[in-house]
Amino acid sequence: MEALTFDLARDTVREMNKQLHSPGVALPGREVRVFNPDGAHNIAVGLNAPLNVIVHGHAGYYAAGMNKHANVSIEGSASTGVAENMMSGTVRVKGFASNAAGASAHGGLLVVDGDAGLRCGISLKGGDIVVGGSVGSFTGFMAQAGRIVICGDAGDALGDSLYEAVIYVRGKVASLGADAQVEPMGEADITTLTALLAAADMNYDAHQFKRIASARSLYHWNADAEQEY
Amino acid sequence: MCGIVGLLLKNPSLQGQLGELMVPMLIGMTDRGPDSAGMAVFTPPLPDGRRKLSLYSGLAEQGAGYDWRSLVALLNDALNVDASAVTKGNHAIVTFDGEPAAVKTWLNTHAPSLHVLSTGRTIDLYKDTGKPADVAQRYAFAQLTGSHLVGHTRMATESAVTPDRAHPFTAGEDFCLVHNGSLSNPYGVRRMLEPRGIRFETDNDTEAACRFLEWRLREGDDLPTALQRGFEALDGFYTFLMGTPSELALIRDPFACKPAVVAETDDYVAISSEFRSLAHLPDVKHAQVFEPAPEHVYVWKL
Repeated sequence: MEALTFDLARDTVREMNKQLHSPGVALPGREVRVFNPDGAHNIAVGLNAPLNVIVHGHAGYYAAGMNKHANVSIEGSASTGVAENMMSGTVRVKGFASNAAGASAHGGLLVVDGDAGLRCGISLKGGDIVVGGSVGSFTGFMAQAGRIVICGDAGDALGDSLYEAVIYVRGKVASLGADAQVEPMGEADITTLTALLAAADMNYDAHQFKRIASARSLYHWNADAEQEY
Repeated sequence: MCGIVGLLLKNPSLQGQLGELMVPMLIGMTDRGPDSAGMAVFTPPLPDGRRKLSLYSGLAEQGAGYDWRSLVALLNDALNVDASAVTKGNHAIVTFDGEPAAVKTWLNTHAPSLHVLSTGRTIDLYKDTGKPADVAQRYAFAQLTGSHLVGHTRMATESAVTPDRAHPFTAGEDFCLVHNGSLSNPYGVRRMLEPRGIRFETDNDTEAACRFLEWRLREGDDLPTALQRGFEALDGFYTFLMGTPSELALIRDPFACKPAVVAETDDYVAISSEFRSLAHLPDVKHAQVFEPAPEHVYVWKL
């Protein structure tokens, strides 16, 4: 099947997204190439078919947001909210990702080869995120389910107010957030993490990582804490 | 929301194209700031002893029909300062001998409807309400030349949409600041500065940041030290981009609430709220593109 090609120097994002959502276009298995993205917002949002999308350049806000089934590869960097609320599929950013990468993703895998900004995986709901570089502050804030793997360092308040999402960090952690704690790596962690690193093409040994999860002390109201957490 | 843009040319042979390279950057940020726009450009310095003011007549009754020639003649009659003016409608750059204070005092009495946009030996400043493309056209931004500039597109949140509340803001001489964000303690900063004799011209939150930082520079801080103090004194959301005769500087609040991206090549450093304003720049595909970290001081020197 012939690849679908869009040149955003000429085509509008709206027209492109409309075609990528169209029931009239044979989409499954199709390769889609997006040229001159030049930081445009909303590239390939709301995909709902097993497409392979390659974005040749830097993407703007919310690239591949709400992705379902598709594999999206961004050859440059991605701005705020890449793969936010992803349901399934894979999104890969070869450069850096800005703030709130993978925010509230329910499923799928987000891979960032470079660094990710602040609030990476905020309110994660079941998706997986693997960051090859470092992440900014408040990563994993209130994350409910899913895994966040950080191959570099983490900024301040990592995993603040975590629910049941688990964070694996290889490098230094500037500080842990409220109720986040370092826990021993179990055999299940090694198995899970090894699989995630392999899926993300990251060449690290799972034994180099530490596990961070919720101490669950914020799950219930504690009047004696006097608002000191 | 607002858009900020900055461009510093490392390769002097590009200085003739400064405005031409910048205009698409400014217009690219129209979605972030459609109500006003402004630009500060840094030119080669005037000889020691000469100063220039950027003046705005859009608040005066005569508006763009302001009689700048008569103003300059009256100014020379009164103060004998060898003044001359380069005019663009409601905007004039008036150059003269001696200290700016005397000229400003005279203007205050004899032309109180004029607004002083900037003062110094190198800075020219333009700002007005309207879409960025219209403002760029009004003042022929594409023809600006010089070593570096700082621009802004405004979507007002903290004070009214008027020309004097558009950015860049200036304070003292040859210093300007643009802001994307909103401060939560501008009146606290103002109450701290006013007893020190620092006068405010608007109720805009950004003006407080601009006057605070210029005050620190005047007190002897170098730019990185002043900006470090800014992290302590200024509360709220901000990406600030500042210009001096030899530098551009940028800081972001600790939460990095407001965006910024930098593209650097051997020829230039370009800064914008978003990459889509940088995509047209020459050889940007091979530029080093990065996001400035929060609570970190970035200074790019000529």
